[in-house]
Amino acid sequence: MPFTENIGASTLDGLAYVGGLAKLGASAARAVVLDIFERRRLAYGRAMHQAMAVGIGSLPILSLITFFIGTILALQSAYELRKFGALQFVADAVAISVSRELGPLITAILVIGRSGSSFAAELGTMKVNEEIDALETMALDPVRFLVAPKLISMLLMMPCLTIWADFMGVIGGAVFGVAAADFTFKTYIIATLNALVLRDILTGLIKSLMFGLVITTVGCQEGLRTGLGAEEVGRSTTSAVVKSIFLVIMVDLVFTTMFYMGIG
Amino acid sequence: MPGELHAADAEGSAQAPVLSIRDLHVSYGEREILHGISFDVLAGETVVILGGSGSGKSTLLRTLVGLERPTSGDVIVRGKNLCVMTDEEWRELRQHIGISFQSGALFGSMTVGENVALPLLEHTQLDPATIEIMVRLKLNEVGLNGYEDYMPAQLSGGMKKRAAVARAMAMDPEILFFDEPSAGLDPIIAAGIDQLLLKLKEAFGITIIVVTHELASAFLIADRMVLLDKGHIVAVGTTAELQASTHPRVRQFLDRVAEPEISQEIDYLQMLTGEVPRPRQ
Repeated sequence: MPFTENIGASTLDGLAYVGGLAKLGASAARAVVLDIFERRRLAYGRAMHQAMAVGIGSLPILSLITFFIGTILALQSAYELRKFGALQFVADAVAISVSRELGPLITAILVIGRSGSSFAAELGTMKVNEEIDALETMALDPVRFLVAPKLISMLLMMPCLTIWADFMGVIGGAVFGVAAADFTFKTYIIATLNALVLRDILTGLIKSLMFGLVITTVGCQEGLRTGLGAEEVGRSTTSAVVKSIFLVIMVDLVFTTMFYMGIG
Repeated sequence: MPGELHAADAEGSAQAPVLSIRDLHVSYGEREILHGISFDVLAGETVVILGGSGSGKSTLLRTLVGLERPTSGDVIVRGKNLCVMTDEEWRELRQHIGISFQSGALFGSMTVGENVALPLLEHTQLDPATIEIMVRLKLNEVGLNGYEDYMPAQLSGGMKKRAAVARAMAMDPEILFFDEPSAGLDPIIAAGIDQLLLKLKEAFGITIIVVTHELASAFLIADRMVLLDKGHIVAVGTTAELQASTHPRVRQFLDRVAEPEISQEIDYLQMLTGEVPRPRQ
């Protein structure tokens, strides 16, 4: 096949994949809305269970990572800022970088590793064990039963985790600020609050919601497309992680561009 | 390919079939798996679909429960043609059929009781206390009294199959489908599953369709048998009719005779080049 045809075929495959994700996301969202109107009792219990796994389970490692990222950011910023005698802007640099970019992104990458992969592995194992078939033959929609609770939990937890990641990043920056940049803890926090505007937090939160949507749909789609055999579960899990990271970066690029151009 | 025992098909019976399959073709992509399957299943009878590996029996079962879409043909259940049913009609029909999968397919994240309760919670307006009683009743019917709070991973293979039967029975189905109920079980446990099927049939008069390749089990539980070979029906008939059959493929299957080795040079060459060797009678 000529090179250009290869590119064309790959592009079409990519678009079809994203189309599949959109369809799965829409079906899950529809199921959530129907559950609300029909007052079903099962989805919320499962959603809360998932939310605990996605959210509470991630907190310790997320806290640690974003704390260190905050410190690293402060160190890197200070490296340039001190040349201009502007070390007092370390707090601003950390606050804006973390809230607009690194908070949501690091949270998303961590959640991909913990929950996106686990969604793919869980659904893939269910597929291999005929549990998805069993659901269908019991007239239970696998999307409503399995994907919708994950979507609810992810859309609830991603913004919460992102806020927490922002907070821990600022604390990490503050450690450097207090230790090496003539800040007290209080003055560092005041400088951070002065540097941030609501839009910085909101853009991060909007991104985190989109990342949550991507992670859920990719993880679930890869799981539901698992072929026969245990090795296929491994393939689905790996594929879910790689595709989620790629798509999260793409979504990040699109939204950052939109915010830069004035929409946000 | 009509088999020699087709005269014994339910078409000749006065009783109306609950499930009627006509000229059913099913393909996976370009490869056709079932080539024009036709037979009937009467109310309250146990029909065993027999066949070797790759005969298409599991594909037939998956098609009958809506997990595969046929290429052409008709499958009439409760007066409706499965091949042209809408999603809503499927949802309705599936509340009247139960399926026990080969692996049991119990949901690993739920207890046995929750597995059995699931269809009741989803499809009925029963209150939790009634559902709890129903779950105990169903588990008692399959001999798993007191196992409500066990996780599927804590059960043995035979117990998992029984739990799967209890879940399949939860909605009091009119037709029960079993995929290889005795597969992977030791002879004593497998005999227990056979006895369970006989008990269900006797106690509830359920129509049962079983896919298996276990001959002893098939002859014990079947009212009628359908023998599939490479996607074609070789024979349909009662257990006695199949036992008396002189059809070479029926005899080969029932007498457990291995496929003859390739002896002709041309067949060997065809095998090497990927062509299918000529069948020998």
